[in-house]
Amino acid sequence: MMNCEQATRLMSDGRERDLTIRERAAIKMHNLLCVGCRNFNVQVHDLGRIARRYAKEQGEETTNSIRDSTGPSSKE
Amino acid sequence: MGESVLPGEAPVEQSAASHLTDPVFLDDLRRQMLKFAVLQLDNEVQAEDAVQEALIGALKNVASFERKAALKTWVFAILKHKITDLLRYRQRWVDVEKPSDSADDETLPSVFDTRGFWHQEDRPNRWAQPVEAIDDAHFWRVFEVCLEDLPPAQGRVFMMREFIELDSDEICQSIDISASNLHVLLHRARLRLRRCLEEHWFCEEAAS
Repeated sequence: MMNCEQATRLMSDGRERDLTIRERAAIKMHNLLCVGCRNFNVQVHDLGRIARRYAKEQGEETTNSIRDSTGPSSKE
Repeated sequence: MGESVLPGEAPVEQSAASHLTDPVFLDDLRRQMLKFAVLQLDNEVQAEDAVQEALIGALKNVASFERKAALKTWVFAILKHKITDLLRYRQRWVDVEKPSDSADDETLPSVFDTRGFWHQEDRPNRWAQPVEAIDDAHFWRVFEVCLEDLPPAQGRVFMMREFIELDSDEICQSIDISASNLHVLLHRARLRLRRCLEEHWFCEEAAS
């Protein structure tokens, strides 16, 4: 069976290329027994979503701090 | 960033043009853009130029933006394009600072034992808060700190991939590394980033 280093590498690669059926099966087998890698498999995609929201949130952060300092805004 | 930049009686909605003449907003925006551009380009001069051009481009077409958030998102989008162009242009140059084999130099974070299984304390925990629900300015500062904490090559490819959303082929071409090197760098970047976020954000959340 794969170790966690190999399993997380494949899960990370899964965002870069299509995994083979064999690779996907190996991940599934591994994750059946490994809660850490199961969590990593979710977080690897979370990281992508976080990065994507980064600039957008930076903008909203500024808007919110302005809104907080000026009272509720009527307009969204 | 957190301090109030407008007096209470000021209108909440200003025109975008006035945002770009608001020195506090502009300073703040420029600082964030520069940080982002330097991370991507690894070159202050080019980063300064890219930020400058993006801001000038924004000033030209500013009329349609009535909210700061929209303006900022849009200015960042322009900056992204500038950076992408620069990175694509670079590949035609001699690869002076080619990071090709750097993947091997950068040690894997010691989250695995010698057999390649998680160290108990480094095993990923479930993040209590869904990413979509994150609504806290402090989180984005934690994220920035974690990004800056990555070895530079890892930080750069991670942002190229996940923020600028270049695909693997484009990244490999623009910084001239092999696909497998890129995948190694991304794997390491993700291991480090997730550990840093868990340690400094998601863990506190769970504890509180």
